[in-house]
Amino acid sequence: MQIDGKEVTVRAGATILEAALSIGISIPTLCHHEKLEPYGGCRICSVEIDSRGRTSVVAACLFPVEPDLVVRTRTKKLDRIRKSLLEMMLSHAPDSEQLLALAQEYGADKNRFEKEASFCIHCGLCVRYCAEVKKKNALGFIDRGARKEINFIPEIAAKECWDCKECFPLCPTSALQAAFVLNKALTFLTPPIETEPEE
Amino acid sequence: MPRINSSAELEEIRKDILSSRDPDKPCITLCSGSACQATHCKKVAAALEQEMEKQGLKDKVHFRKTGCHGFCEKGPIVVIYPEGICYLQVKPEDIPEIVSQTLMEKKVVERLVYVDPTTGEKTTFEEEIPFYKNQERLVLGPNTKIDPKSIEDYIAVGGYQALPKVLFEMTPEQVIAEVKAASLRGRGGGGFPAGVKWEAARNAIGDPKYVIVNCDEGDPGAYMDRSLMEGNPFCVLEGLLIGAYAIGSHEGYIYVRQEYPLAVENVTFAIKKAEELGFLGKDILGSGFDFTIKVHQGAGAFVCGEETALIMSLEGKVGEPKARPPYPAVKGLWGKPTNINNVETWANVPLIITKGAAVFTSIGTEGSKGTKIFSLVGKVNNTGLVEVPMGVTLRDIVYKIGGGIPGGKKFKAVQTGGPAGGCMPEALLDMAVDFDQLTKAGSMMGSGGMIVLDEETCMVDFARYFLNFLADESCGKCTPCREGVKQMLKILTRITKGKGMKDDIELLEELAEVAGSSALCALGKGAPNPVLSTIRHFRDEYEAHINGGKCPAYSCKELISYYIDPDKCQACMSCGKKCPTEAIDGGKNLIHMVIQEKCTKCGSCLEACPARFGAVRKISGEPVPAPVPEEARTIVRKSKQI
Repeated sequence: MQIDGKEVTVRAGATILEAALSIGISIPTLCHHEKLEPYGGCRICSVEIDSRGRTSVVAACLFPVEPDLVVRTRTKKLDRIRKSLLEMMLSHAPDSEQLLALAQEYGADKNRFEKEASFCIHCGLCVRYCAEVKKKNALGFIDRGARKEINFIPEIAAKECWDCKECFPLCPTSALQAAFVLNKALTFLTPPIETEPEE
Repeated sequence: MPRINSSAELEEIRKDILSSRDPDKPCITLCSGSACQATHCKKVAAALEQEMEKQGLKDKVHFRKTGCHGFCEKGPIVVIYPEGICYLQVKPEDIPEIVSQTLMEKKVVERLVYVDPTTGEKTTFEEEIPFYKNQERLVLGPNTKIDPKSIEDYIAVGGYQALPKVLFEMTPEQVIAEVKAASLRGRGGGGFPAGVKWEAARNAIGDPKYVIVNCDEGDPGAYMDRSLMEGNPFCVLEGLLIGAYAIGSHEGYIYVRQEYPLAVENVTFAIKKAEELGFLGKDILGSGFDFTIKVHQGAGAFVCGEETALIMSLEGKVGEPKARPPYPAVKGLWGKPTNINNVETWANVPLIITKGAAVFTSIGTEGSKGTKIFSLVGKVNNTGLVEVPMGVTLRDIVYKIGGGIPGGKKFKAVQTGGPAGGCMPEALLDMAVDFDQLTKAGSMMGSGGMIVLDEETCMVDFARYFLNFLADESCGKCTPCREGVKQMLKILTRITKGKGMKDDIELLEELAEVAGSSALCALGKGAPNPVLSTIRHFRDEYEAHINGGKCPAYSCKELISYYIDPDKCQACMSCGKKCPTEAIDGGKNLIHMVIQEKCTKCGSCLEACPARFGAVRKISGEPVPAPVPEEARTIVRKSKQI
């Protein structure tokens, strides 16, 4: 296969993102994490492909390579897409360092869209890390569409989260949302959890 | 009936059923689909049963409660066979007359027959009514002839003929070849060739394999799948059985939304009957082929009509789509090869097998074969379900079958393809309707929703309506759909409120490109269509809103005012009495005026003003004329002058 004009040979079943990394081509990602199953939520890793006679935009983190696949990781169209996606995410998290760095790269204006109340950009890293790596499911998504948000499940979070908090540094919006929601969830629990009385 | 153990036994039973039925025995049918239940067909049925009992007709006339006939505008529908006399909008109080006149004396009750709204001409027989006459009801047709609670009815009209043919005379490969030769394209939205999909699932490695009926119909205004499931669940099951045999699957699911209780009830009944008779279960018809079906009720998320989201939902997870590839044919339900087709696609399969691919491909256009059922709704005289050969023009559907626009209003556009479809203006009315032409025009076939719009529909507001629907139904997984649709909705909303900005059209186009190309699934990818197609064909309306603060359809409340023409007002107080907010200033012999500050723009005054005066009108994009000075407000009546 070919990425940005360079011939690449990778194992069958690898994703475009893996193939690009193997030859030192970087593709921006937000919801991708090496320990987690590919998700394809943020779409910032969108690339253009020519496959079976058709040109289309796909998520590099998910799309499996195939023989003779031609991939372009940076085009005018992709730049436009990434810029708009960043601007929409920045309406939620205007101070996220990760987003601001990408915004500079793609010329995104953090003030283009009206500010939103929630910091969350729905990358799902916290939710998926807790489910896939920690296998605790202490938090999840509730509702759908524009109303969708992350929430801790108080019964599980109260037991598991204080000693873990491994999801906090994963959050591309500086863990503000995670911390806030965790706090809220834990304060629901009164009285404190009973422990087994010592004999 | 006993279990049927061979093809020959089935034919024996078919013969028995047919010979026990006298074709000349009068039969009265009543449409009992969901639409007619809303117009009280159950009361009509009760009245009919009572009256037939009273007149001693119970054994002389057969009474059959059928599924949806399609002419829902005029339901409940009663048809009397063998003549085919059709009565529309029948009420319980009409029943004694129908029984005494038509059933007993063979006379037509003139006041209940179809009357053409334009010519006033009456039509007595069902097949001569223009709505039916111009259709080709290959799939929907049996709906009017069978009781969905009677598998005997289905067998009598030739049902379960394709299944034994497949099981005993064809190899799975031959079945797939036949469906491929028929060029059957998926009726659920994508239009992907069903035979190719089946072949991929057959060739995929993995065991077991699953087949699924997608009855998660969620487009606003569309209900063809519901009506098929309610009216003729047998043919959907037969199609599914044939597909299962071809693919090598022994387990099937019917994914039907729980908002369709009658469809759930009828398909569950059809499965039970099929199990009893040996059409389902172990060793079907003695062929050695095993197949079972489970019904799964979806909770009603629009996105679950997307096949990967449907599979997630079926597995008990949140209904969010997954990226393809891998396609369900390779890795679907529980990670196994799975084939999903929509209700109407499955319903076409028995037809293809019994009539043959050659007959099927003789109908339709080059790229789209067979017929398509549309749900014709909106500003059209004859709303209902319409089945036409592919390639019929939009004009024929809207005018010949739909009977044109009510109230003498002007046609503006027709929207096809559901929320992610597009609008076609008058200039495209002569376009042949098939998968490829609709896509070329910036819309899509979708599952077959067809909404007719008249001159009073604002196209910006119409696009806003669909974006609002999609913003609500988006699963929220990917950014372009969750955020992009929300932003487009915000822009459209501000335009309809008269707060549109200079670059809003360009911004909409930019956001449309982002969602259209980078969204994860078809919902997000299709979401820009209502916006792009209305900009493409009705850009002037967008510009009028943004630049002139004018809604050309006089529909956006923030941009219109109601005004009473002082030269026409006869001070009759009709409008004042109807106004819910006391926004009409006036009295006897005093020219009325709308107090704009109090007006909520409900339009009651416009409706109330007698047509012969026509004094109330809507204005948009211009200031409301100054009020008439107090001294000039009194009307001096001629009769009083003498």
